[in-house]
Amino acid sequence: MANGVREVGGALPQPAPGGAENQGVSDAPAGGFVQLLTPDGERVDSVTTADGTTYTVDFTDDEYRELYRDLVTVRRLDAEATALQRQGELGIWASLLGQEAAQVGSGRALRAQDMAFPTYREHGVLYTRGIDPIMPFGLFRGVDQGGWDPNEFKFNTYTIVIGAQTLHATGYAMGITMDGKTGNADGEAVIAYFGDGATSQGDVNEAFVWSGVFNAPIVFFCQNNQYAISEPLERQTRIPLYRRALGYGFPGVRIDGNDVLASYAVTRAALDQARNGQGPTLIEAYTYRMGAHTSSDDPTRYRIASEVESWKAKDPIARMKAFLTKQQLADDTFFGEIDEAAKKLALDLRERVLAMPDPQPVTLFDNVYPHGSPEIAAQKAEFERYHATFEGSAH
Amino acid sequence: MSETITLGKALNHGLRRALEDDSKVIIMGEDVGKLGGVFRITDGLQKDFGEDRVIDTPLAESGIVGTAVGLAIRGYRPVCEIQFDGFVFPAFNQIVAQVAKMFYRSLGNVRLPIVIRIPFGGGIGAVEHHSESPEALFAHIPGLKVVSCSNPADAYTMIRQAIRSDDPIVFFEPKRRYWEKGEVELDAPLAGAFPLHSARVARPGTDATILAYGPMVRTSLDAATAAAEDGRNLEVIDLRSLSPLDMDTVYASVRRTGRAVVVHEAPGNLGLGAELAARITEECFYSLEAPVLRVTGYDVPYPAARVEEDYLPDLDRVLDAVDRSFGW
Repeated sequence: MANGVREVGGALPQPAPGGAENQGVSDAPAGGFVQLLTPDGERVDSVTTADGTTYTVDFTDDEYRELYRDLVTVRRLDAEATALQRQGELGIWASLLGQEAAQVGSGRALRAQDMAFPTYREHGVLYTRGIDPIMPFGLFRGVDQGGWDPNEFKFNTYTIVIGAQTLHATGYAMGITMDGKTGNADGEAVIAYFGDGATSQGDVNEAFVWSGVFNAPIVFFCQNNQYAISEPLERQTRIPLYRRALGYGFPGVRIDGNDVLASYAVTRAALDQARNGQGPTLIEAYTYRMGAHTSSDDPTRYRIASEVESWKAKDPIARMKAFLTKQQLADDTFFGEIDEAAKKLALDLRERVLAMPDPQPVTLFDNVYPHGSPEIAAQKAEFERYHATFEGSAH
Repeated sequence: MSETITLGKALNHGLRRALEDDSKVIIMGEDVGKLGGVFRITDGLQKDFGEDRVIDTPLAESGIVGTAVGLAIRGYRPVCEIQFDGFVFPAFNQIVAQVAKMFYRSLGNVRLPIVIRIPFGGGIGAVEHHSESPEALFAHIPGLKVVSCSNPADAYTMIRQAIRSDDPIVFFEPKRRYWEKGEVELDAPLAGAFPLHSARVARPGTDATILAYGPMVRTSLDAATAAAEDGRNLEVIDLRSLSPLDMDTVYASVRRTGRAVVVHEAPGNLGLGAELAARITEECFYSLEAPVLRVTGYDVPYPAARVEEDYLPDLDRVLDAVDRSFGW
C-alpha cells in the first residue's frame, strides 16, 4: 500500500488521488493476482500461487462462447436498467458495469446445490443461477423489498445493510456442516458477496472469525471495485484485502476481477475445497466500478477521468472478445447474434418492468409476522375503514 | 409431575424439552456450553445434546444473531443467549435490520424462528451494563415480538412456546428472580397452555389496576398485599407479552377499577408505561377516575449498585402512586 508508512506527528494518512495502485503501467496491482486472460485477450495457461495451488480452466469452445454470451447479456440488461432509472421507471439502480467478469465467473463456478448471499449489485450472479432477471426489479422499482424465496433459487434476498449478509451466509454454511453435507464432492458450499467497503464492517470481520473457527464451507467473494461510494480503497485498508484472510486462519487469493476465467477457476477451486470440508477462502476480485455507486451518485466528484480510461483498457468483455477472435472461436456473425439476443432480452425485460403493477396499499400490512398480530390486524381494519370513507368521492 | 423449582431451573427444563422435542432447535451463545451460561440457565444441556446443538460461540453478539439468521434460513430454530441486557447492542443492527424485517422483505417467504434470550433488569448489585431494561427498544420494532416471564411456571411454558413460534421473539428474563421458586407442572402439554401473547391476572382486585411484567410483578404483588392491609384491593396484571400487548385484558380490568398504575424498571420516557397510558386513555377514557400513573426507573443511565435501590421502583413507590391515583 502506498500509505504503509505512518506519517509522524500529524494528520491521518490521506489517500492518493485516484488510488495510487492504479497508476502503474502494469495492469496487476502490487503483489500480483491470478490472471488467466490478459486484457489483450491472451490466454495464460495456468497460474501457481505462492502456496503452491495451480489455477487453470479447461473449457470447451462452446463454453468459452457461452461465457462471452453471459458477459454481454448481463451488461446489456444492466444498461437497460440504468436507462429505466433515468426515465423514472426505477427509483434507483446499482449498476454492475465493469464487474461482469467477477460476477459471471464466480456465478458459473457455483454448483446447483450451492447457496449464494448477494449484496444488492449481484445481478450478474443472479443471471448465472438461471433466475429470471426481472426478479430484483420489484425492489428497485419500489413495488416490494426484494421478495423472493432464497431456498427456491439458492440465492438469498438482496441485502442492503453493508456486510450483514456475510454473517447470514456463515450461519447457513454452519448449518450445512451440521446437516452432514460436507466432506465429499457432492457436498454443499456457500458464497458470500461483498465489496471493499464492507471489509471494514464488524459483521464481515465477525463472519471471518466464525467461519474460521467453525471451519464453515464458505467462500467470501470480495469484489474490490476500488470505491465505497466515494471513498477509495486506501480509506478501508492498509494491506491488500486478500491478505486479511491470513489473520483469520484461511487462504486468501487475489484474482484479476476483470478476467472471467480467473474468476471461474479460483472460485470453483475454493468452493470445492469448502464442500470437501476444508473450510473458508477469501477471494479478492480486483476490479473497477465503471459507473456510479448507484444512479444517485456522481463519481466525477471524487475520481479522475484518466483513471476510468485506464480501466476501460482492462474491460472484461473486450478481452474475451479478443480471445475468441484470436482463437478463431467466433466471428462477427456470432458477435452480432449475441448482441441481438441480449438486446431482445433487454427489451423484453423493459416491457415486463413497465407492466409491473403497483401493490394494493392495504398489502403494506401483510407479512409482518408469520403468526400475525392483533395490533396490526386492528390497524389494517382501521386503514380499510378510513379509505372506505372516500369511496364514491373524487379522492 | 409437579415440582417446586427456581425460575432459572424452569427455563433450563423448558430449553431441555425444546431440544428433545425438535432436532432443529439449537442453543447458541457465549459460555452456554461447558459452563452452562453465566446464570446456569443452559446447565447440562451441552453434555446431553452435544456441541453441535449447544454451541459455545465466539465472543461477538452480532455474530450470534447474524449466524442465527443464516441457520434459520437453513431450517434451524436457533435460541440465542445474550449474556446480559447491556451487551445486546452490538447485535442491535442484526436484530432490528435483519431479524425483524426478513419476513416482510421476502414477502413471507423467509421465516426466522429465532428466540433471543436476554437476562434483564437490576437489583443484583452488578457493574455497568449488567442491569438494564432495554425492552422498549425492541417492542418499538415492527417484526419483533417481545415477551417477559415473571415466575417459574410461566417461564417453563413461555420459553417452549417462544421456541415453537415462527415469529422472531425477544425473550426477557428477570435475572433477579432467577432464584425465586414456584410450582411447575413439568409434564403439562403445551397444547393446553395459555396463549404466549396473553396477559395474566396475577391477583384479582377491584380498586385499582397495577400493570407490570418481569421482575416488577413480584414487587407489585407485594405492594398489593400491603395495600390490602390498608383496605385497598389492588388488581395486578402480569402483561407477559410486551409486543403485542394484550390490551383486552388490560381494558377489561381498568374499566372495572377506574385506575391504572404501570410499573417498570426501565426509564419512564417513551417506555412501555407511556404506550399503555396512551392506549388506556384512548379506550377507557370515560371509565377513568384518575390519570394513568407510572412508577419507573428514572431517565438516567442505570446507576451504581450502591444506589440502585433508590433508582428501582419498589413496594413503597408503587403504594405512593396508588395513593396519588386515589387522590384525584
